[in-house]
Amino acid sequence: MGPSSRLPHLPPTVIVGFAIIALYAFAAVFAGVIAPYGETQVVAGEFEPWSSAYWLGTDNLGRDMLSRLLYGARNTVGIAVVTTLLAFAVGGAAGLVAVVLGGWVDQFFSRLVDVLMAIPQLVFALLLLTILGTAIPSLVIVIALLDATRVFRLARAVGMNIVVMDYVEAAKLRGEGWRWLVFHEILPNVMPPLVAEFGLRFCFVFLTISALSFLGIGIQPPTADWGSMVRDNASLISFGDTTPLLPAAAIAILTVGVNFVVDWFLHRSSGLKD
Amino acid sequence: MRPLPKMILQRLGLGSITLFVVSVVIFLGVELLPGDLAQQILGQSATPETVAALRHSLGLDQPALSRYLTWLAGVARGDLGMSLANQRPIADIVSVRLGNTVFLAAYAAVIAVPTAITLGLMAALWRNSWFDKLANVVTLTWISFPEFFVAYILILFLAVRSNVFPSIANIGPETTLPVLLTRTFLPALTLTLGVTAHMMRMTRAAIINLLASPYIEMARLKGIAPARVILRHALPNALAPIVNVVALNLAYLVTGVVVVEVVFAYPGLGQLMVDSVAKRDITVVQACSLIFAGVYIGLNLLADVLSIATNPRILHAK
Repeated sequence: MGPSSRLPHLPPTVIVGFAIIALYAFAAVFAGVIAPYGETQVVAGEFEPWSSAYWLGTDNLGRDMLSRLLYGARNTVGIAVVTTLLAFAVGGAAGLVAVVLGGWVDQFFSRLVDVLMAIPQLVFALLLLTILGTAIPSLVIVIALLDATRVFRLARAVGMNIVVMDYVEAAKLRGEGWRWLVFHEILPNVMPPLVAEFGLRFCFVFLTISALSFLGIGIQPPTADWGSMVRDNASLISFGDTTPLLPAAAIAILTVGVNFVVDWFLHRSSGLKD
Repeated sequence: MRPLPKMILQRLGLGSITLFVVSVVIFLGVELLPGDLAQQILGQSATPETVAALRHSLGLDQPALSRYLTWLAGVARGDLGMSLANQRPIADIVSVRLGNTVFLAAYAAVIAVPTAITLGLMAALWRNSWFDKLANVVTLTWISFPEFFVAYILILFLAVRSNVFPSIANIGPETTLPVLLTRTFLPALTLTLGVTAHMMRMTRAAIINLLASPYIEMARLKGIAPARVILRHALPNALAPIVNVVALNLAYLVTGVVVVEVVFAYPGLGQLMVDSVAKRDITVVQACSLIFAGVYIGLNLLADVLSIATNPRILHAK
């Protein structure tokens, strides 16, 4: 059965979700080609209205809004993807190591995660970013570490069920080291739930970074980023102009798309009937 | 000891340990600062002598452990230290703003909790109906929206295009209650919309989970009327998960206020924290973090205790 004959079985929300993700990926990859102006290029006066030269007008410094929206797909989404990947690498690795080694290693990681999760994430991020400063690497590392706690919990919970399987026992008896156990026995079997979790965590990271950027503590100018674009142009809203809502809508639409796909994937993989 | 008081005491003990460890983490976080507080206050151009003098007057030349104990003792007395930016006691700045934040969160909760539970119950009982499917898509879309998106849409339509509510939450101690409720309506509504979607989905999941349990099936098979199944069999057991959902979402509300307060220039704790981060006023950020974390841990603890205390299996233990 080819993919085209299976397409009609997908619920409409999932098709919309995949279409949105594809569109954003396209904008992120080809931003440099399709954007009419440069990312930080000042092309006209401040807050120009929509026109044939500047389709969505210009921002508070006279940069082309459409071009910055397109570059924002690359910057904002790119940083969120990197952060989520890092969170999965750290959280997943720690979770599986805790499962395989058990004992005090497991206790140490689990109690550490308990403490980190007891502090509200946005508040903790604000505290850490005050201390470390707001460069992009520290933003990525702070959010990734805070989010790795949730990945750790999931990886550990799923891994616990697998580590007691006979084939893991057999590998242990063969005398394989913990590295073999993690990468060849456990990791392939914990992938499906982790993939669904990746979508959820991406949404969470994406919204957190956008919120921090909106608050002025995330991605810093002149990098085109959707959260800070809303912040910079928000004063236009009091004149009834909808342009500042566009970057916010860009964030919302991508999150909706990913959530639609993840929701469907979770229901399918968990076999829930509701 | 009877199981119920014992379990509650255990949770309270765990909660206080968590709070203690979190206070250590927040204290240590500030220790990570490159240089130290004295260097931060005076800047890079200060002479070593002035830095040393300030370090001594702030007590920074003491070992970390004794400084932690002094700080903790101060916090316990309600003394949160001095703001670096304007040298005022933090407790004075924080107290009014904490009250404002609690008011806003309570305002949102009063609207959100009954709405979310009613809608969640309806979605669970009429599972797979058009109402349930619509509710799923709408709530899933809604929780995907960043708070500032919702806030600015509300401002655009309710404050700018039609001048129903003010877009700036301009409140003071002498504002009367009706005026207060009008001026803070848009921030409260923004919070309500976000938290209702979350709470409704969680309520629905909890109830569906419960309705799938064997004793409900048994009651149905015995031929008991559907209303009686819900009221006598399902509801007493549903109380625990619902109370849990409410408390968890209240914890979310208290920290979710940060962005909303900034959008509406609402004079609350969240806005104070964001301003202090921008000014790198680290002692105020530290105090705000501790308060937010304390409220968050407290509400999570409350969720835990209430779900134990309302669980029929524990209440009627043999």
